[in-house]
Amino acid sequence: MRLRFGMALAAAIGLTTSLSATAQAAEITGAGSTFVYPVLSQWSADYSKMTGTSINYQSIGSGGGIAQIKAGTVTFGATDKPLSPTDLNAAGLAQFPIVIGAIIPVVSIPGVAPGQIKFTGPLLADIFLGKIKKWDDPEIKAINPGLKLPDAAINVVHRSDGSGTTFNFVHYLSQESAEWKAKVGEGTSVQWPTGIGGKGNEGVAAYTRQIPNSIGYVEYAYVIQNHMTYGQLKNKAGKFITPSVAAFQADAATANWKEFPDFYQVITDAPGANAYPLTATTFVLMYKHPKDAAASASALKFFKWSLEKGQPAAAKLDYVSLPAPLVKQIEQYWTAEIK
Amino acid sequence: MTDSLPSSEAKQARASEAADRAFRWLTAAMALAVLVILGATGFSMFWGGRLAFQTFGLHFIVSTDWDAVSHQFGALIPIYGTLVTAAISLIIGVPASFGIAFTLTETAPRWLRQPLSVAVELLASIPSIIYGMWGLFVFAPFMAADIEPWLNDHLANAPVLSTLFTGPPIGIGMLTAGIILGIMIIPFISSVMWTVFNAVPPQLKESAIALGATRSEVMMKVTLPYTRNAVVGAIFLGLGRALGETMAVTFVLGNAHEFAKSLLMPGNSIAAVIANEFTEADSPIYTSSLIALGFLLFVVTFIVLAIARLFLYRLGRIEGARP
Repeated sequence: MRLRFGMALAAAIGLTTSLSATAQAAEITGAGSTFVYPVLSQWSADYSKMTGTSINYQSIGSGGGIAQIKAGTVTFGATDKPLSPTDLNAAGLAQFPIVIGAIIPVVSIPGVAPGQIKFTGPLLADIFLGKIKKWDDPEIKAINPGLKLPDAAINVVHRSDGSGTTFNFVHYLSQESAEWKAKVGEGTSVQWPTGIGGKGNEGVAAYTRQIPNSIGYVEYAYVIQNHMTYGQLKNKAGKFITPSVAAFQADAATANWKEFPDFYQVITDAPGANAYPLTATTFVLMYKHPKDAAASASALKFFKWSLEKGQPAAAKLDYVSLPAPLVKQIEQYWTAEIK
Repeated sequence: MTDSLPSSEAKQARASEAADRAFRWLTAAMALAVLVILGATGFSMFWGGRLAFQTFGLHFIVSTDWDAVSHQFGALIPIYGTLVTAAISLIIGVPASFGIAFTLTETAPRWLRQPLSVAVELLASIPSIIYGMWGLFVFAPFMAADIEPWLNDHLANAPVLSTLFTGPPIGIGMLTAGIILGIMIIPFISSVMWTVFNAVPPQLKESAIALGATRSEVMMKVTLPYTRNAVVGAIFLGLGRALGETMAVTFVLGNAHEFAKSLLMPGNSIAAVIANEFTEADSPIYTSSLIALGFLLFVVTFIVLAIARLFLYRLGRIEGARP
């Protein structure tokens, strides 16, 4: 938690952070998503110990990562919001997923224990729209029979900074609620109809814990580290799913990646019976015909190692590794697209 | 070092004259550099924000929109939040600073003055992020649990105060942010006040005391008028800091783009919006609007300082006209 918090902060105030402890001959540079920073940092340290190749990653935010790779100043960019094939073609970029995280609705309601409260997508949308204002609203009670909910106003907590977490969350709400899609839409930051904004996952977690009768959304790692009261979420198969690494993996595994060129997909509501419906994928952007072919090849080697051997490190940091078939598909994509 | 030739004295005089000239030019260049940097900063922010100004025109200043999805941006809510939190910070910071400065120069025992003043100045060296985290983890829960319910209970029927001081007791909002800003600006204001109070010639104070004035009368009628310009300058130094403070504010302000009359409600400030949203501003108009906000902060600060100057000038004329 501290690591992530520090990183978000460094990114926020525009500091750049170098991962390489020692200067090495072969250096890969990257920039972008703050969400992926902790796991990239771990992979980089492990990989550097083994091969002597270090990765210099600057967690400046997804928007910054896209700008940097388009300007050609880095070997790879990382973003939580995938670029469309049209955008990619225009810039000559290739795109592939690298790691998956999950976004969890968290609450603090007196008397409600972790995992007790259930949500559906449309219900979450109505709460974040400010349409459902009280915890004992009939719509909440209808799917939570037997749960004692207070006659108290719902305090909505959202992110104040632009973030991939927000993008994936509001993308999900847009899929689940036509009204959300029309009124608010999706993006890394949106005009929230109600609620207060916390800075970073850390800020949302702190606000949600401190403000009684509140609801927010954070990455899975923050739920675990802060012992927060998480909710269950209804998936496409109609089951209420308690957040767990297994459920996120089910989501990644059952999502159909084959149909989407350049992996241009935000997985929401994967069809698996035990799939948790709200996950966030981080994508890497690289040139199809890089100017510095050596650096690019060396970066691909690093990603190959990370995807194939990096699962334990990812799991320790509460990320979800990509399923083996998807890794294979990515490697085929490299051979076909990146020269 | 000059060698001791017969003409060395003349040489020395010439050399020192040249050095004096060089020194004058050097200092003048530094002063000019400030102006140039200031002008360049203002201009480059205006230039960076030109897309926003072109697109939204004057509407940018009065609009309460802030919608990155449909690319509608307006600055009213951040401007309002910036001014409100800065005003609260002055209401808290100025009297407290005055009290500290008065105590340090007049009433505190001599052995206590040095440690006290060092302690106050140390407050200035605490990074703002620490204030922010303290605000979020310690002060905001205290406000939510103790202060805000009390305000809600006691001010519910008071005419103006009920609008300002009642609302959901969540501990995060403009009042909390203003109070923390108030604490943050105390060292800036009080250390200047304390220094200038100490610089008042003792004869002036002693003659007032000889005429039978009390300590507070000496303060109000001798020390304060004598140091007026510096004291107002100190207050505006603090105000400048409050207007531009980013990290501490963003932690406790709530960062909500909503217009709220109640001070217990979350708001937003210019600096907080920029810090929060710059990294993920993904379209030219979004980035431009953020830079335009920076330009507006520049303008707001400039206007506030200009008002202060005008105020000082008017005060000086009234004083001068007095028989």
